[in-house]
Amino acid sequence: MGRSLARFEDPPLLTGDGRFVADLNQGARFLRFVRSPIAHGRIRSVEIPDHLTAFTAEDLHEVSPIRPLLHREDYLPIEQPVLASQKVRYVGEPVAVVVADSPEAAEDAAEQVYVDIQPDRPVVNALSALETNAPVVHDLVGHNVVVDACFETGQVAEVFSSADEIVQFDLRSQRQNALPLEARGSIASYDRRTGRITLIASVQSPHVVRTILADLLDLPESDLRVVVPDVGGAFGQKFCLAPEDVVATWVAGRLRATVSWIEDRRENLMSSFHSRDHHYRIRGAFSSEARLLAVDADLVCNIGAYSCYPVTCGVEPLMALAEFPGPYDFRTYRVRSRGVTTNTCPMAPYRGVSRPVITLAMERLMDKAAARFGMESVEIRRRNLIADFPYTSVTGLVYDEGSYLESVNLAAEKIDLDDFRRRQQAALDQGRRLGVGFSVFSERTGYGTSAFAARSMDVTPGFETVDMTMDPSGNVEARLGASPHGQGLETTLAQLIGDRLGVDPSRVRIVHSDTDRTPYGWGTFASRSLVIAGGAARLASDFLRDKLVAIAAAELEAAPEDIVVRDGRATVVGTDTGLEVAEIARLSYHSSHRLSAGMDPGLTSTATYNPAGTFSNACHAAIVEVDEETGAVRVERFVVVEDAGRLINPMIVDGQLHGGITQGIAGALYEEIRYDEEGNILTTSLMDFLPPTMAEIPNIEIHHLETISDATITGAKGLGEGGTIGAPAAIANAVADALRPLEVEIDELPITPARLRRLLKSVEGGKVIG
Amino acid sequence: MGVQYYNPACMKPASFDYLAPRSLEEALDYLAEHGYEAKVLAGGQSLVPAMNFRLARPAVLVDINPLSELDYLEETDHRLRIGTLVRHSTFEKPVCQGPTGRLLAMAARHVGHWPIRVRGTFGGSLAHADPAAEWCVIARLLDADLVTRSSSGGRHIPAEMFFQTVFTTALEPDELLLEARLPLLSSDTKVGFQQFSRRAGDFALAMVAVAFQIEEGKVMNPRIALGGVSDRPLRAPEAEQMIEGADPGDPSFRAAAETAAREIEAIGDIHGSASYRRDLVRALTRRAFEQAITIS
Ligand SMILES: Cc1cc2nc3c(=O)[nH]c(=O)nc-3n(C[C@H](O)[C@H](O)[C@H](O)COP(=O)(O)OP(=O)(O)OC[C@H]3O[C@@H](n4cnc5c(N)ncnc54)[C@H](O)[C@@H]3O)c2cc1C
Repeated sequence: MGRSLARFEDPPLLTGDGRFVADLNQGARFLRFVRSPIAHGRIRSVEIPDHLTAFTAEDLHEVSPIRPLLHREDYLPIEQPVLASQKVRYVGEPVAVVVADSPEAAEDAAEQVYVDIQPDRPVVNALSALETNAPVVHDLVGHNVVVDACFETGQVAEVFSSADEIVQFDLRSQRQNALPLEARGSIASYDRRTGRITLIASVQSPHVVRTILADLLDLPESDLRVVVPDVGGAFGQKFCLAPEDVVATWVAGRLRATVSWIEDRRENLMSSFHSRDHHYRIRGAFSSEARLLAVDADLVCNIGAYSCYPVTCGVEPLMALAEFPGPYDFRTYRVRSRGVTTNTCPMAPYRGVSRPVITLAMERLMDKAAARFGMESVEIRRRNLIADFPYTSVTGLVYDEGSYLESVNLAAEKIDLDDFRRRQQAALDQGRRLGVGFSVFSERTGYGTSAFAARSMDVTPGFETVDMTMDPSGNVEARLGASPHGQGLETTLAQLIGDRLGVDPSRVRIVHSDTDRTPYGWGTFASRSLVIAGGAARLASDFLRDKLVAIAAAELEAAPEDIVVRDGRATVVGTDTGLEVAEIARLSYHSSHRLSAGMDPGLTSTATYNPAGTFSNACHAAIVEVDEETGAVRVERFVVVEDAGRLINPMIVDGQLHGGITQGIAGALYEEIRYDEEGNILTTSLMDFLPPTMAEIPNIEIHHLETISDATITGAKGLGEGGTIGAPAAIANAVADALRPLEVEIDELPITPARLRRLLKSVEGGKVIG
Repeated sequence: MGVQYYNPACMKPASFDYLAPRSLEEALDYLAEHGYEAKVLAGGQSLVPAMNFRLARPAVLVDINPLSELDYLEETDHRLRIGTLVRHSTFEKPVCQGPTGRLLAMAARHVGHWPIRVRGTFGGSLAHADPAAEWCVIARLLDADLVTRSSSGGRHIPAEMFFQTVFTTALEPDELLLEARLPLLSSDTKVGFQQFSRRAGDFALAMVAVAFQIEEGKVMNPRIALGGVSDRPLRAPEAEQMIEGADPGDPSFRAAAETAAREIEAIGDIHGSASYRRDLVRALTRRAFEQAITIS
């Protein structure tokens, strides 16, 4: 452990031996979805020429609609038919599916299906959807607010009226697409011999997908198998149920054949889950010492046309409500957090979920207040960060030990803040605008069932189970319900297990992502897999280790406490008498008569782990240069101080940060899904939706702190989302810092050149060119 | 009421016939035969994406790539003659001595990404007539003479007449662009090229190319061409006129930039409004002049 072992996953991926869904569809027939070109309307008819094989909602009338549930009064359930029936609610919604012998022929066929839609007035913007005469997306609800959660401590009005400074602002984060390199896709095949259907799909949670397919199609789970091959990125977009996967499974059963749906980029941008799109109104009350006393927040999240299964559209507003305080200590809080339906693509959690936006809100609040107090931005943070642990937040979350203050101090030191301020002034004298921005945040990870149960989820994820076997040759197989897809978990878990069992990590095989081969589990999302599956792996290995020790002790006639298992051998401490681990393994199977009375033959174990959760933390610092004439922002330097507890493989941790920060910078400066007022999506190619390339992303400097808390049995904390959570606020604060003399407020992401120019032109009195 | 609509998403081309002529004459015959049904396939870097989106649905593709006689560079009569099939990447190093080669090289590195530059052709870019294409702007800046051929003869079209609007040129459906002729600028000509794009390799939101001489301390024969801001590459005649005869330097460059920004009819799109495009023209024009006197 603690070694940057090269990832076992990489050689096949780097040499072209990876196998993704689209590599596996030989012999399949091809599906193409006919999608609605209209954002809101009534379907009058779907006309299918006789020579086509195609299906509509009418054919699928026995398939239940997707109905994600929370058991709470502030959530109103809405239904999503897997193919639109009667109504269409967003451009790109699947209305019919055609089956053909090639992808090209499937597109030709889809063009021949005529969908006659009576258009209704659409609503696109979440704030417009709140208006009383707004078009209603779900008639049965009668309005567009499907989540309306409130929390209030009391004393809010009093604290605000006696505060020394009140900072108020509106914040807007535009819509993004998580944009996995590999879009979604699946292959469903019906086995005529067994009557089972196997779905090979690019998803993050095979067991959950199997459960919901069984529910919607009214099949026993045992008649279904879900397999996930290599996945080319997911980031949350492949966690929630794709209606297309349900349709593919149904068509396979109906035709008793193999059918394949490979989503293309245009479909992905148009109809794969989007994310973010929040509107906030924030007020913060500060004392004369720049202590944050109270926050009053009104949060509105655009959830798109439907709720997502299993987490529901409550995920964004409810997480925002509960985790808004982040790393700051204040005791007075009022919040209303709403989820609002619109005629846009449904939303699902994307790396970071609400936290990139709530972190942006808190960090902008801190910087705005610091400016009022004429204080360095790091100083106001020092005064307000939590420092005593365990800390219970105003919403009742318990934070384990972290290094909030230390991370800020170290980031300021690495950036060399004093030196930067001199450089900034010198640059300004030459007409160049540099700025520095900090962002400090907590990242709640390893959510167990208790954390999800607090949201009253009908499907409450959390635990993970690991089944482990050491075979007679001494090699280990660990089978997980988690479903890693690029995070390097095969390597990290092999290190962790190898360390416990005294065998080289290369002798540990991790089996995952196949419901026929693995115990029930929740998949990989929410920075949970190393914490939870890792904890279960640790427990399962401890059981095996104890058994290896017991067998060795009996064979070597020593006390179990005197046996050390290391480097493939169990030895009596202080001697070189010992047995190879492989010898013990073989003995446990092939000479089980020698085992002590009551000991089962073989080496197998099963363990489940379900922690309450743990908080990692970090401080990001960015230096940017703003080109006032063009509105362009260039990121010159990006420094991260990260504390994710014990690092099992530091290189993999750094990789997670690089990817996450790149996506954070993407959200801060580049990526934006746009709709027009009619609900037509304008960004359906990578010429219009702009993920940054290597050329736009700076070198990322990473410094680690390692605070070990007892919140997890491995000492490791999750960190998969932190990069994406912290980077946008650091960039926004840096741009605001660069433009401070002009009093331009950066309260909307992404900060595109055109948007920044508009802001610069709007400030009066500033000496803006143009 | 209600209307019938087509599926909004596609990524695979509609079916088409592929023809690979063995000679220029054969290619021209095919074009004459199929007319509007046919499209010339050059580098395919614009046509193929358009076909994948089914925005273009040619029934017939006439592939000119095998016609190596269309891939040449020649210098004659103070002119650089560029065969239509010369690939973008060829221009990354100056293809001729002097400012013309230098200007082409300055622009070349902004044309898409490396794989696109290796495949895409000079003539294909002109025939495609994207208003943000570097070669279209250079052609307009230098008043290129565009030489075409069809089975019924050939003609010369000046760049000003050639570019009509977005993706639309003066070419007839049966007409092939053969060659672009650019003047070899005299060695004392100063050239500048500036563009602004969101990411490396993207089509520019605006670009400005300038060329001028300095005679007796004054700016002479100024040319200013703009791309990405309107429906076709434009010149900025008022700005050219106002800087002609001026002292080169920050004040005159700023004034010309201001005039250029004002005189153009800019068009907005989702990456920036017309007013933002003007802001870019202002900044880039000044920077192009500064660049021209600094480096050349
Ligand atoms: C991701 C991406 C980024 C790009 N970025 C840029 C950029 O920044 N700047 C830029 O300028 N371009 C850019 N391009 C476009 C690229 O430069 C193309 O190569 C160019 O626009 C077309 O040239 P082509 O040879 O590929 O032509 P093709 O795609 O083969 O053809 C384009 C059109 O011209 C017609 N045509 C081609 N040759 C002839 C001829 N000799 N006579 C008559 N008609 C003809 C074709 O029929 C077709 O209609 C980009 C392309 C991509 C895919």
